[in-house]
Amino acid sequence: MTRAGSVRILVAAGLLLSLEICCRSGIINMTTMIPPSEMLGAIADLARSGRLLKESLPTFRNVTIAFVLAVGLGVIGGTVLHSLPRVRRVLDPLLASYYAVPFFALYPLFVVIFGLNDWPLIMIGIVFAGVAVVVSTLNGIDRVPPVLLKVARIYRMSRTAKVRLVILPAIALPLFTGIKLALAYSFIGILAGEFILASAGIGHAIAFAYDAFDNRTMYGLIAFTLILVTLMNMGLQACERLLLKGRSR
Amino acid sequence: MTQSTAAVGKSRRLQDFALLVACILAAWQALYMIVGDVAITSPVTTLGYAIELLPSSDFRPHLAASLTAFGNALLISYAGGVLLGLTLGFHRFSGEVAEPMLGALYSLPKIALYPIILQIFGLGLSAKVAFGALHGVIPVALFSMNAVRGINPMHLRTARVLRLSSIETVRTIVAPAIIPEIVTGLRVGFSLTLLGVLIGEMFASQHGMGFLLINAINLHDVKMITTLIFVLFLFATVTSAILLAIDRRLHVRV
Amino acid sequence: MTLVREQGSPGSSGPSARPRELAPRSGPATVGASKLHAQLTGVTKLFPAPSGENPVHALGPIDMAVERGEFFAIVGPSGCGKSTLLDILAGLAAPTDGTVVFENKPISGAVPPGIGVVFQEDASFPWLTVWDNVAFGLRRAGLERGETTKRVEHWLRFMGLADFARAHPAHLSGGMRQRVCIARTLVLEPRMILLDEPFGALDQQTRLLMGDELLRLWRATGATVVLITHAIDEACMLADRVGVMTARPGRFADVAVTRWPGDRDSRIVSDPSFGQLTGRVWSILRDESIKAIGHAEGDIGGRSP
Ligand SMILES: Nc1ncnc2c1ncn2[C@@H]1O[C@H](COP(=O)(O)OP(=O)(O)O)[C@@H](O)[C@H]1O
Ligand SMILES: [Mg+2]
Repeated sequence: MTRAGSVRILVAAGLLLSLEICCRSGIINMTTMIPPSEMLGAIADLARSGRLLKESLPTFRNVTIAFVLAVGLGVIGGTVLHSLPRVRRVLDPLLASYYAVPFFALYPLFVVIFGLNDWPLIMIGIVFAGVAVVVSTLNGIDRVPPVLLKVARIYRMSRTAKVRLVILPAIALPLFTGIKLALAYSFIGILAGEFILASAGIGHAIAFAYDAFDNRTMYGLIAFTLILVTLMNMGLQACERLLLKGRSR
Repeated sequence: MTQSTAAVGKSRRLQDFALLVACILAAWQALYMIVGDVAITSPVTTLGYAIELLPSSDFRPHLAASLTAFGNALLISYAGGVLLGLTLGFHRFSGEVAEPMLGALYSLPKIALYPIILQIFGLGLSAKVAFGALHGVIPVALFSMNAVRGINPMHLRTARVLRLSSIETVRTIVAPAIIPEIVTGLRVGFSLTLLGVLIGEMFASQHGMGFLLINAINLHDVKMITTLIFVLFLFATVTSAILLAIDRRLHVRV
Repeated sequence: MTLVREQGSPGSSGPSARPRELAPRSGPATVGASKLHAQLTGVTKLFPAPSGENPVHALGPIDMAVERGEFFAIVGPSGCGKSTLLDILAGLAAPTDGTVVFENKPISGAVPPGIGVVFQEDASFPWLTVWDNVAFGLRRAGLERGETTKRVEHWLRFMGLADFARAHPAHLSGGMRQRVCIARTLVLEPRMILLDEPFGALDQQTRLLMGDELLRLWRATGATVVLITHAIDEACMLADRVGVMTARPGRFADVAVTRWPGDRDSRIVSDPSFGQLTGRVWSILRDESIKAIGHAEGDIGGRSP
């Protein structure tokens, strides 16, 4: 492991340890936050009782569907939009402002359109995450060296062959920035929807525990969510490294 | 010749913009006609309600509360983010240690943290400010750090050859090199801080636009939801367009 | 006027190889119809200016014809439209005016089969290994596996890349990456090869040696070669004819016929007539380069004899 990597682990461990000490010594009130070790214990308890799986399964299933669809549709949308520079110019401020608006407040609208099932939640996730992919696709294609596009024409590629064989591999790196954000945004959209209205899922369970003053369960669920997102993110980073293996010095 | 062609380009862009607005309104109207009053109000109704709502004394304190919280959160995001980013950028090793951690924090769904923020700060201004800053500070820091890392080392060597003092070096070489990227970070930070503040208001406050929004959701006040989203969308898009224009201008100059 | 390349007698390579005529002659940039491979007639290119000023007149009007199997070099001051000319000849860009004919068919809109291009910039695919880069076109053409392997390996060896087959371009030097691009182009056995300053990034020694390799593969493949370069010596040493372009908008100021033997190599630079040839090309190019840099006639041009 690199020196920076070891230091990173030390820093993270140090932060967790000081949080543990602060909580245990009473610097942080136990009713405000429970120590990290307790959070792990809470996760273990939740797992043993089967509640963890029950609460988190719908959320992670929906997030996965939303994330995959957002990436696919986002790449297609970004590629199409890039070929329409006039439309893109006009849409630019919208693409930039998009995240600022809590569109998940339109959840009731989605319920009317898609019915009372998982799809309103998934759609919120797709809509929220897809734009990050569109933006990173656009940025990526902007930076493809023009000479590679000329090469595509020398090989007499069709439009789809050009996208598949040249543009997608060439934008893989900037695209991954968007893909990682898409994971975050599909979680934000779906958790927000669950906080607001849903009757299941980990967001609902966190809100329920909060309202019931069940600190231990609440922290267990929050910690579990954060750990899982971090693990998923690290998985994406590993994919990124694998994909880019050998490409840079 | 130059002026007239530039004017043609500008008027065409205005035309395109008008067309976009028309398309959005048409789509909105069509959606309204399909789903009806239970889910969304029509553009005309919404606009009318917005004009009625915005100056009313019921609404103004909430607007003021949101702007206060947003201003404070933005200040913290910007100051903290730039400071952290510059430090990590100039101190290479710290940057190397911190970058993946910042990246991981950037992609955490911070919305899940709202109960914790509530526990720590209680209902009120500090909770929303904390929530906004939590969202904004990381992208600002990441962009600032990468701005510093992207300084062309040849330019720094040129500064040494020209025997510039460190103040002159910062003024003539470092600042022009990093400012455009930092401004991009500030632009992204602006949007995310706004989102953070609004989420904070929705779940951890009893004042502000976010609070009105969650209240309207709970009361199923469709007119209010649509109008608030419309107003927020307008505000975010106009400010983004301005920031984007500044951003573009700075990037062209480099 | 038809120019037929003289084949030198087998034993006459090396420094002693002498062109048939000592004094290089001028000829037009056109050839007879029977051997015609590609032809530009009245080709002009204007680029629309970015901010509404007058369009940039980059090229022409130009007439040019290249014979089958000929080695044609183009030199010109930077910015005179050489790359633009190559784009048009390859069918990558449409001329504003004029026509382009390749193998008796007009080029319009698309790159015709049979043309290979090596670009000025590094055009290797960074996400593929050297081997996969070179095999790329063959796989697309659906060539059978064994044949693909055979051809790729042949060209990797030819270009001195055999030891780097599994490496990615990022791990190679600029010159080696350019050789990957050359191999990737040649493996498809194009009938006409266009090269845009392919050795621009190399040092002088390597460039001379790469020139030898280029001659070797030109002889080996029998393809028509159009080489764009800013190096006068390179053009004069390699080509059958050297087109000298004017400052932008680029046109041909002169076309010098070298009349080197077919089996020449870089050692002809020590031939006395080589100096004569480069001297003449430089005397034209110098004026044009001064114009291209934008100095007044007397500024640089007047001071030296
Ligand atoms: N896409 C383009 N748009 C506008 N001007 C261009 C474009 N491509 C080339 N030019 C201009 O045309 C001229 C010739 O360019 P180029 O063919 O690349 O020159 P060379 O290869 O001889 O150096 C230059 O002045 C260049 O600025
Ligand atoms: Mg060029």
